[in-house]
Amino acid sequence: MQRYILSRLLQSILILFGVLFIIFFMLQATGDPVSLMVSRNASPEEIEAVREEMGFNRPLIVQFGDFIAGAVVGDFGDSLRHKQPAMDLILERLPATVELATTALLMAMLIGIPLGLLGGSNPGSVWDSLARGAGLIGQTIPNFWLALILIIVFAVKLGWLPAFGRETWQFLGITLPTRSVILPAFALGLFTMGQLVRFTRSAVMEIRSEDFVRTAYSKGLSDRQIYIRHILRNAAIPLISIIGVQFGYLLSGSIYIETICSWPGLGNLLAEAIGNRDFALVQAIAFFTSLVVVTLNLLTDIAYGLADPRIRYGD
Amino acid sequence: MADAVQSKGTGLLVDQEADQGLGARLVYVGRLLWRDKSGLLGLIMFLTVVFSAVLAPWISPHPPLKQDLRAAKRPPMWAAKGDISHPLGTDNLGRDLLSRIIYGSRVSLTVGFFGVLIAGSLGLVIGLVSGYAGGRTDNIIMGGVNLILALPYLVFVVFIAAILGRSLINVILIFGFTDIPIFVRITRGEVLRLRESGFVESAKSIGAGRLRIIFDHILPNLLGPLITIATFEMSAMIFYEAGLGFLGLSVPPSVPSWGNMLATGRKYLTIYPWIATFPGLAIVFTGLGMNLFGDWLRDALDPRMRRMKR
Repeated sequence: MQRYILSRLLQSILILFGVLFIIFFMLQATGDPVSLMVSRNASPEEIEAVREEMGFNRPLIVQFGDFIAGAVVGDFGDSLRHKQPAMDLILERLPATVELATTALLMAMLIGIPLGLLGGSNPGSVWDSLARGAGLIGQTIPNFWLALILIIVFAVKLGWLPAFGRETWQFLGITLPTRSVILPAFALGLFTMGQLVRFTRSAVMEIRSEDFVRTAYSKGLSDRQIYIRHILRNAAIPLISIIGVQFGYLLSGSIYIETICSWPGLGNLLAEAIGNRDFALVQAIAFFTSLVVVTLNLLTDIAYGLADPRIRYGD
Repeated sequence: MADAVQSKGTGLLVDQEADQGLGARLVYVGRLLWRDKSGLLGLIMFLTVVFSAVLAPWISPHPPLKQDLRAAKRPPMWAAKGDISHPLGTDNLGRDLLSRIIYGSRVSLTVGFFGVLIAGSLGLVIGLVSGYAGGRTDNIIMGGVNLILALPYLVFVVFIAAILGRSLINVILIFGFTDIPIFVRITRGEVLRLRESGFVESAKSIGAGRLRIIFDHILPNLLGPLITIATFEMSAMIFYEAGLGFLGLSVPPSVPSWGNMLATGRKYLTIYPWIATFPGLAIVFTGLGMNLFGDWLRDALDPRMRRMKR
């Protein structure tokens, strides 16, 4: 197990270095990164000043070395716009995104997994049709459009839910979410819900036809016992990895929803930074979200290895 | 058709349709489609979009860029102030929404088609090399693939789009290149599986060369999984293109595209909700069609799945 964890850890570190490489050279891809950052009618002096300030007049390899050295300690330089360290801005916005993504994941799991179980264990029933429909909806409705429609219906027409902004509730010094998270989280979580339904349904259907389930029936075990002991247990292991991957997707994929709902998180910060051509901040966000996703994947793999001995001894 | 020839040669008949000509095969596929109505429905929906893209100049009631401020912000025809000359209403500048949606399908389909073409063909070649060469080459290629697949996709696509600037070619290139790993992984996996299969083994034993094995035995069998993935990836690219357009990072604002229309619609969301509603419905319609068809295709092209189903 230790060897398995160690090799996955090394792999993750390698990937993060690859990420830094991509992030750094992407800005150079256009030839002159300064031209991306200044306005079209900037004077040559202004351009030179920015070049000086950002250190773009140094040799590329020195810049890259500096960039890596900074990145390792979480320093991506200052945001051009906010005149603050980019990492501080990210940490300030992180809680909002975590709240949104976690709520979205919980909503998706609460709807998706039971629906997939019901559908998979009663093929051809109404539940099955519902599950298949939900899986298809999750895949075919873009979350940015869904958010717009939910705002029209639930915020504008019915007035049930707030559509814009984040409100929190302080309780014993802990910041808690309020109903302002419901609408954006549902829109964000729809795709994940669809994936969970599809996956749970097909896993249950597959496991139901396994020999050990037939054996369990022939032993005279009850439906309940078979579901809990044999089917759910076997479906749960691969489900871990889907959930891990989806959480990373939710944390890093909230740019549309946060922009639409004015949710003060990382996605919103990214859209803002791109609008301001604030590329130091964009780089920092790209690296930070990669770090989050890679770490989540690593943790998922470890959990998977712990739960399923075939994985850790397999390779 | 290689597998058909081969099954004749070895006398092992794997599947009944494998032994027939192209015409008979098409009839068979048609019958399969007819049996599974959702696949047929998906195909019809997708073809509707394709036809509206091709026939846009003839079926649009208005030119997509024509502004008419007197007719601006008109609701769809079934609403109280609606009007039959603008069936889905108009936007803030009085441009006809239906016409813009019809023209917008051109952008979506172009991005999806060429994006998948680039990603699919490069992914196929790289995947074949990776699967066949093995060893260090395979390790390096798969390292790159795993790196790209580990990135938060949306963040990077937005990042690249912001650097490259708004143009159709850029958007196609972004999706074409970032999607290569998906096709590499599928191709490589299939190659590894097929290499160990009985018919490749027997081809080798009768002295078939490497190229002949690739072209006669591996490639024809790769077609099914690749076409299926291409369907899903194309619908994903159409989504992502609209998303980029929505953020103002896809084709220039003057081009009628579903994403650009959504971006406009968002500004008027609470007062003129139809401007954002209809382009979104077009995206859902296209995505639904392609997913229904793709699901059917996956089952139809995989004989194992087909037997399981009925």
